[in-house]
Amino acid sequence: MRLVLRGITKRFGSVVANDSISLTVEPGEIHCLLGENGAGKSTLMNVLYGLYKADEGEIELDGEVQHFTGPGDAMAAGIGMVHQHFMLIPVFTVSENVMLGNESTGFGGTLDVDEARKRVLEISERFGFHVNPDALVEDLPVGVQQRVEIIKALSRDAELLVFDEPTAVLTPQETDELMEIMRQLKEAGKAIVFITHKLREVREVADRITVIRLGKVVGEAEPTATNAELASMMVGRPVELVVHKDEPTLGDDALVVKDLRVVDLAGNRQVDGLSFTIRAGEVLCVAGVQGNGQTELTEAILGLQDDVSGSISLDGVELVGRSTRQILDAGVGFIPEDRQVDGLVPGFTIAENLMLNRSFKSPFVKNGSLRIGALRAFADKTLKAYDVRARDIDTLAGNLSGGNQQKVVVARELSRDLRLLVAAQPTRGVDVGSIEFIHKQIVAARDGGIPVLVVSTELDEVVALADRIMVLYRGRIVGVVAADTPRETLGLMMTGERPQDLKDVVA
Amino acid sequence: MNTDAKPATEPVKEPDAPQDRDAEAKSRSLLRDITSGDALAGVLAVLLAVFVGSVMIAATDEAVRETASYITARPSDFVTALWESISGAYSAMFRGAVFNYNLTEPAQQWRPLTETLKFAGPLIAGGLGVGLAFRAGLFNIGGRGQMLMAGAAGGWVGYQLDLPMIIHLPLAILVGMAAGAIWGGIAGLLKARTGAHEVIVTIMLNYVAYYLLFYALSRQFLLQAPGSANPKSLPMKDTAILPKVLGDQFNLHLGFVLALVAVAVAWWLLNRSTLGYRIRAVGENPHAARASGIDVGRTYTVVMMIAGSLLGLAGINQVLGTVTSGISLDLDASIGFDAITVALLGRSRPLGILAAGMLFGALKAGGFTMQTSENISVDLVLVVQSLIVLFLAAPPLVRAIFRLPAQEAK
Amino acid sequence: MSTATVPPAAESGGLAPDPVVTPTRSAGTKKLPIILGVMTAFLAAIMLGSAHSGETTFQLSAETDFVTLPDITVPSMVTGWVMALVCAALAAEAVRRMLAHVRQPAWLPIAFAVAWMVGFLSWAAADDRIRLVSLLGGAVALAIPLVFGALGGVLGERAGVVNIAIEGQLLFGAFAAAITASLTGSPWPGLLAAMVAGALIALVLGLFAITYFVDQVIVGVVLNVLVIGLTNFLFRQVLTPNADTLNSPDRLRAVPIPVLGDIPLIGPILFRQTPLVYVLYAVVVLVTYALYRTRWGLRVRAVGEHPKAADTVGIKVNRTRYNTILLAGAIAGLGGAYFSLVSVAGFNREMTGGAGFIALAAVIFGKWDPIRATLAALLFGFASNLQGVLSAIGSNVPSQFMLMLPYLVTIFAVAGLVGRSRPPAADGIPYRKQ
Repeated sequence: MRLVLRGITKRFGSVVANDSISLTVEPGEIHCLLGENGAGKSTLMNVLYGLYKADEGEIELDGEVQHFTGPGDAMAAGIGMVHQHFMLIPVFTVSENVMLGNESTGFGGTLDVDEARKRVLEISERFGFHVNPDALVEDLPVGVQQRVEIIKALSRDAELLVFDEPTAVLTPQETDELMEIMRQLKEAGKAIVFITHKLREVREVADRITVIRLGKVVGEAEPTATNAELASMMVGRPVELVVHKDEPTLGDDALVVKDLRVVDLAGNRQVDGLSFTIRAGEVLCVAGVQGNGQTELTEAILGLQDDVSGSISLDGVELVGRSTRQILDAGVGFIPEDRQVDGLVPGFTIAENLMLNRSFKSPFVKNGSLRIGALRAFADKTLKAYDVRARDIDTLAGNLSGGNQQKVVVARELSRDLRLLVAAQPTRGVDVGSIEFIHKQIVAARDGGIPVLVVSTELDEVVALADRIMVLYRGRIVGVVAADTPRETLGLMMTGERPQDLKDVVA
Repeated sequence: MNTDAKPATEPVKEPDAPQDRDAEAKSRSLLRDITSGDALAGVLAVLLAVFVGSVMIAATDEAVRETASYITARPSDFVTALWESISGAYSAMFRGAVFNYNLTEPAQQWRPLTETLKFAGPLIAGGLGVGLAFRAGLFNIGGRGQMLMAGAAGGWVGYQLDLPMIIHLPLAILVGMAAGAIWGGIAGLLKARTGAHEVIVTIMLNYVAYYLLFYALSRQFLLQAPGSANPKSLPMKDTAILPKVLGDQFNLHLGFVLALVAVAVAWWLLNRSTLGYRIRAVGENPHAARASGIDVGRTYTVVMMIAGSLLGLAGINQVLGTVTSGISLDLDASIGFDAITVALLGRSRPLGILAAGMLFGALKAGGFTMQTSENISVDLVLVVQSLIVLFLAAPPLVRAIFRLPAQEAK
Repeated sequence: MSTATVPPAAESGGLAPDPVVTPTRSAGTKKLPIILGVMTAFLAAIMLGSAHSGETTFQLSAETDFVTLPDITVPSMVTGWVMALVCAALAAEAVRRMLAHVRQPAWLPIAFAVAWMVGFLSWAAADDRIRLVSLLGGAVALAIPLVFGALGGVLGERAGVVNIAIEGQLLFGAFAAAITASLTGSPWPGLLAAMVAGALIALVLGLFAITYFVDQVIVGVVLNVLVIGLTNFLFRQVLTPNADTLNSPDRLRAVPIPVLGDIPLIGPILFRQTPLVYVLYAVVVLVTYALYRTRWGLRVRAVGEHPKAADTVGIKVNRTRYNTILLAGAIAGLGGAYFSLVSVAGFNREMTGGAGFIALAAVIFGKWDPIRATLAALLFGFASNLQGVLSAIGSNVPSQFMLMLPYLVTIFAVAGLVGRSRPPAADGIPYRKQ
């Protein structure tokens, strides 16, 4: 099926998310849509899928102009979508998820589950998916859930498949398998749109590349283009892919973690016997695919996990067993992985957000009441120092862009006396300008003699910031390696394999 | 009704001349602030609710229905009857709630206003209790139970103990508020410890409190008055009764003053204290609050205790002020639920609640006069009150009804 | 955006339990033995505290029955203590199984409940007779509005709409049924009107909660007040002055079903009821079947669990929610007819007296499942009828505590003390397209 988008424009209030975008996708081709976070890729695909209605422009499939009023129409026209956040119902079985919205029924609307089961098995066999149609989706690993999404699309005879950032949650191995599946689908004559911001993946599978920036198409590129070429197209200027930093000035052992174990609510060991050390003035980056214990590790340090054993000592003070408040007061700065959830109060002003972890004592509190003058003066100063682009300190945090929100969090954490900085996904969903700024701040903290723990699933970020890299797999350390370790080695380690000749690097 | 409002509020057209744009944009934003602000939607919500109330009055009025049967023959009769029924109702309300122009003596003329304030007292205190919990993200539907427990405990102190007034009255108030705090705190504690949803728990606790009080009021060794077969306690001792603040000719008692104090305290608590800051942080985003070292569970428990004590104050207000003849099962006088509408109308802000409490107090006071003088059921007030809250919660609906421009999406 | 400063409760998952705190993981296995132990101790305590003498008669059938079973007369205290021993043995068995880490079988709590109830009744009704048929049959009748209300609640919440306004739907249903049945001279149109009335409340709920994203709990609470105000107002202004024409409906009479009604014990309890009860049986079966076995039900559940996912496969989320709550409202409204057409003939102020909240309790205690919710409603109906029966024979069991039971049980249920409940994931969260 041949897809032509012509002059698609979509506005949200005064923001233009898609500005007259045109695009052609041929059958039997993998067409990559490359762009930064917030460039408008997902909006465009939601327009294509009928979830949003375009303000201008038209969608044409095999020469016919389409008027989608909802995803139902798009699906009927042969468009299938594999969403970034899976659109699966956790408490339903695979068959139920696949049949939903497309159910075959018997007498009186009775569900024909057997028919759905057959269909799942048939597609699963054809592409070698190995999916059990009767399993509950919530019990399946992420990679398999994604295949259920693909089966869902294929079971509706989709001829055009859209993959929206499909590799964000996958291991490198699962990513390779997905690439293989995409090639298979291409061979079967399907048209494929592959949305991503990861350059390597683009170059691996794309037949054609369209780059989008700030809601506009800025050009096409060949899969043979270099990373730097693609990156500068994506960002609109030459990008420094490396962060400039000097050799670390190492101090004493500051954070010493011994035999740390974290058990989650379901009783699974998410962190399983971690021991490592960070010295003052050093950045230790934790690399690994999402969901291998990184979240639990950072939350355990902050006292946010309930079932923690082992020892975490900071400058000789034991942190395990202390409350979050005590740990923060001990000088731990925390940039949580999801600022919307754990980092900010969207209904508070910037100023109010800046005192969120200092609501018990000075400088903003006196005898149980707020010192509003002191807070405002501090906020004014901080707003400038951290380059937060907002009208004033009374702007609600929820009205800021992702990059500025993250700068508020960074400002709050770095503007007090720290003895440790824990930064989880510090630049997720942030524009490139803010990424550079935040990276500089983290390096500055390290140069100020603070031990820094950075968790990131982006290998680029890990390599850019790290003095040493610790790779986690299923809650265990695969190895601790130098920052200049080849990516291939790191990628392999992220699947849990430890190279035979590997030697751990001690700070 | 909708079409009447339309012409005055047509949206301003986009200007053609570019040089005028700045000035035009300014005036337009001002216009938008007036037409699109919450204030207008609020006023319209009240108007709309009053309009529905008027329809109900007219539709159930004998004269109106009679004249309607020959409306084509003599429409003026119908209009007159319509006018009389509605204006009669609302002027009775005004006489009952603000100023009775039928009387001559100034003190008697203004007496209705003091009645309004008397009714407003517990509504304000209760509204604060519900509103404060709202700010922490909790929905306190347990006002009734908290009032009943407070009324029972404070009332027991009030009729049982023999103490000088300077001790007796404060003690009864404090014991009552403490009982309310405990009853509210149960819901907060269960939420903190087990995650039990406070909506369900507070609803259920209302009934538990009711049956507990019922049990106590039907046992002589508990609260039931000796020798009585009714579920009622002894009357309050004089030393425990909230004194009248404007002399004996007015029913207005100290409860209203206490409610005003509560408004001031709640305002300070929410806007100036660190506890209030944490309450708001937890209400807006409990996850971020927790990650920032705020004990969310403790905040839930504390805020529900404060909320319970404020509803307790409302309960005390009833037992020691408004109906001092003894603890009874209906001592809450549905204030526990009215308080929810007060908090919603006041948008959970102390000063808003003060204003909303006065308005609903006036509706109550006026409603009784309307019932006695015009024979229109006081229950109409409930209808108007709940419609106000419903319309207020959905400004887009009100805008659609009045065909106003929709507020620009953020 | 709704501009009222109200909790962002919707965002945290409607009525979902807050996951901030860890529940004790091992509590699940300990719960049953603890509950059984406490209940056994309670039975022993009340018998020790107040010993009764004499005999208790259990009457198994009415004199008019086709097949009459003989009465059973037992010595009160002896039977009480024997049953207490049986209870203790069953509790011990539960403890043994817990220590041996063996699954607790379903028969154990059931057997315990029966033994406990027999023991309790022989003590409470010493020197008197317990008419089992009227005890259980009355329980079924009292449970009618609770079951209808609970089914309505389950349906709505399965689609993601929390309905606190069941009480309002029952009350408005009762009101409409009384007027319509009076005007038409037949109770049947009254039933239809009750359904329409319940659906009407649901429509308002939907308008605010679905179309205008107003917090569902707020709308529900306010709707209850609105319905109370409206029915009280109309009762005083219209119904009372015209009671003859507007508020004197015919009652629905019991209609025994041939053959089934003649089965000993079960027949008189289940099949000599009013037609509303037979409708109830059908509705329970239909709702359960539709929810789990049909396309409609799959979509309803999808919309309540993950509306966005449903949207992306072309299901109209808000239309599905509207349809579901309208149906749910009709079912709840039908339950309202019980008050003005079965219980008594005619409408009265606030005559539902909180039954809607017991129905809500049954929804939660029944874990959002139509069958379990029905059983919970029956249990609550039984508690209510038992209270009536015991006070009728002059037992000194304080009736207030038995009336309190449904509410207490629900608090324990939501606190996770008797079975943890997990509501539909999107329960209470309005669905916005963008």
